[in-house]
Amino acid sequence: MKFTKSIRWRLLLWIALFLSLALAALDFTAYEMYFTNRIDQLDVELHRRTSAISRTIFAPGPAIEDAIAAPEQEFFSPAMTAKPPEPEKIAASMTRFQSSDPNGFYFAIWLLKDTGPFLLSSNAPDDLSRPRLATKDTGTHTRTRGDFRETFHATERGDCVLTGHRLTPENAAAARFTFWLVLGSLAMLGCGLGGASFIIARALRPVEKIGAAARHIASGHLSERITAHETDSELGQLAEVLNNTFARLETAFAQQKRFTADAAHELRTPLTVLITESQLTLARERSTAEYKESVAASLETAQQMRKLANSLLELSRFDAGQEKLEREPTDLAVLAQECVKLITPLAEERSIRIHTDLPSTTIKVDAERIRQTITNLLTNAVRYNRDKGGIFITVQKEEHLVVLAVADTGNGISATDLPRVFERFYRADKSRASGGSGLGLAISKAIAEAHGGTIEVSSEIGRGSIFTLRLPV
Amino acid sequence: MRILIVEDEPRLLNNLAKALREEGYAVDVSSDGADGIYKAEANDYDAIVLDVMLPKLDGWKLLERLRQTKATPVLMLTARESHNDRVRGLDLGADDYLVKPFDLGELFARIRALIRRNAKLPTNKFRLAPSRSTPANRTRCAKDRPSCSLRASLPFWNILRFIAVRSSHAQNFTSICSTRMTPRFQIF
Repeated sequence: MKFTKSIRWRLLLWIALFLSLALAALDFTAYEMYFTNRIDQLDVELHRRTSAISRTIFAPGPAIEDAIAAPEQEFFSPAMTAKPPEPEKIAASMTRFQSSDPNGFYFAIWLLKDTGPFLLSSNAPDDLSRPRLATKDTGTHTRTRGDFRETFHATERGDCVLTGHRLTPENAAAARFTFWLVLGSLAMLGCGLGGASFIIARALRPVEKIGAAARHIASGHLSERITAHETDSELGQLAEVLNNTFARLETAFAQQKRFTADAAHELRTPLTVLITESQLTLARERSTAEYKESVAASLETAQQMRKLANSLLELSRFDAGQEKLEREPTDLAVLAQECVKLITPLAEERSIRIHTDLPSTTIKVDAERIRQTITNLLTNAVRYNRDKGGIFITVQKEEHLVVLAVADTGNGISATDLPRVFERFYRADKSRASGGSGLGLAISKAIAEAHGGTIEVSSEIGRGSIFTLRLPV
Repeated sequence: MRILIVEDEPRLLNNLAKALREEGYAVDVSSDGADGIYKAEANDYDAIVLDVMLPKLDGWKLLERLRQTKATPVLMLTARESHNDRVRGLDLGADDYLVKPFDLGELFARIRALIRRNAKLPTNKFRLAPSRSTPANRTRCAKDRPSCSLRASLPFWNILRFIAVRSSHAQNFTSICSTRMTPRFQIF
C-alpha cells in the first residue's frame, strides 16, 4: 500500500489541516481581542485624564482626583474656554495631581500659541513636543508615537493638553500572550493529532481485521467466517454482508465441487468398462465372434458415455443460463400424445398400460424441451413400474397454469429419497443397472424452471408416484 | 482360489468375472450388496473384490458386517478419488483400494498380493520342495535346474497354488475341488 494512498495518512493530513486553520483563526481572534481591548481601555483612561486636566485647568470644578474618578463628560464647554487660564492655580493643582498619580501616565500642557510646554510632568518622555494641529481644530485625538500612546486636545485659543502612557508593558504583555497562545495552539494541535491518529487506528482496526479475514477466507478457507463483535455498527453490517456472500459462495462452490466429483464418478464407471473390456479382449487370441461381441459392448459403453456427456453439457448450459428456449404456441396434448406413442413399445414389453386424458391445451413453450421432459417422465414411469402396471398422463388447465401429471403404479419413492430425486446423479435405488444417467429428472427440473414453471413429485410407498409439471400460461 | 466380485454395473461385473476366470480363479459374482454379503458370509473366499456404490447394501456397510465374522481379504473398487474415502475404507477393514478406471493387470497383481499377504508368504513365488513356482506366467522350475522351467496347465497350477497358500493346514478333497475356476476346467 502506498503511503500517501493510505486512508490513515490522508485522514490525519486533513485533520491536521483543518485543526491548524481553526487554531490559527482562534489565535488571531484572541490576540486581536486581547490587544485591542487593552488599547481601548488605555484610550478610555487617557481620554478621561485629558478631560479631567482640561476641566481643572480651564474651568472651576472638582479637584482633579475627583475629575478623574468621575464619569466621562464633555471635555470643554464654551464657558470653560471663555475664562483665561490662571497659571499659578494650574501649576499648584497639577503638582498635587502628579504626586498622587503613580500609574505611569504623563501629561503636558501648552498654553496659547507658545511653542514650549507650559507644564510637563516629570516622567514625560524627552522627545515630547507640541502636537501639530490645524488652527481651528478643537477635537480630541489619539495617536501612537513610537512606544507611547497619547491623547491630546486643543482649545480654540490654542491651548493644548496631552496625556500619554508608555506602551512597553502592553507590548511585553502582548508578546507573552502571543507566546503562550502559539505554545497552547501547538500543544492542542499535537493533542488533536495524537487523539485523531488513535481514533483512526481504532476505527480502522476492525476494517483491517475484516480485510485480513476476508483475504484468508478468499484464499480457500471458505468454511470460515468473519467475526464481528458489534453487529449493529457499519462495519458489523459490512462483515455480515461479506459473510452472507461467503456463505453463498461456499454453497455454490460445494455444489459445483460435488457436481464435478459426481460427473467424474459417473464417467469413470463406463470408462472402466471400456478399459477392462479392451484389456480382457487383447489378453489372448479370441475368436471372431468374441471380438465382435467385445467391440459391440465397447460401442454400447461409449454411447452411454456420449449420452452422459451430452446431458452434462446440457445441464451446465442451463446453469450458465446459455440455453435459449424457442417458445412457440404448442398444443401440449399433441406433444404428450407423441411421447406416449414413442414410449408405448417399451411399456408393452412389460404389459404396462398407458391411460391418457389429454384435452387440447395450447401454451407457448419450447416444444423440443417439453417433449424431452415428458419422455423422461414417461420413461421413468415405465422403468420404475411393476409389470402389468399402469401409467396415467393428464393435462389440465388451471387459472394461470397448465398442469401435466404423470402417475405410475410402481413401488413409490421413500420419504428420505423424495426430496432428493431431482438432484443430479441421485438414484433412489443406488443402482446403475437400470441404465439411466441419473440426470434425467435434474434436466427436467432445469427445463421446467427455464420456462418459469415447476416440477414436483408426490409418492406413496407401494402405490406409485405422481410427477407434476406446472407451466405458466 | 475362490474370488467373489460384488459390482452393480453389469458389464463391468461381466468383464471382471471373465478376466479373473481366465486368470485361473474360481469366480462368484454378485450384483447387489444383499446378495454379496450372503455369499461372502456363506463361503470361504480367498479374496473379495467389492464396489463401494451398491444397491440395497453399500460397500461400506457390507464390509462392516463382513468384518464381524470374517477376515477375508477385501479389495475395494471406487470411482471416488477422495482421500477420505480411502481412509474410511481402510479403517473399516478393507485390505486394498483401487480407483476406477484401473488396469486389469494392476487388479490381478493386487489380488495376488492380497492372497499372498493373507497366507503370510514372503513373495508371490512359492515353493513346493524341491521346485519353485512363479505366478505371473505359471512356471515351475526344479531346484537343481533353475534354467529349466515347466509351464503348468491352469487347473494343475491352481491346485498347486492352493496347496502352497494353505500349506499350513490340512486340506480336504472338497476344498481342493472348490478351487476349480469354471466347470469347463473341472478335473476331479
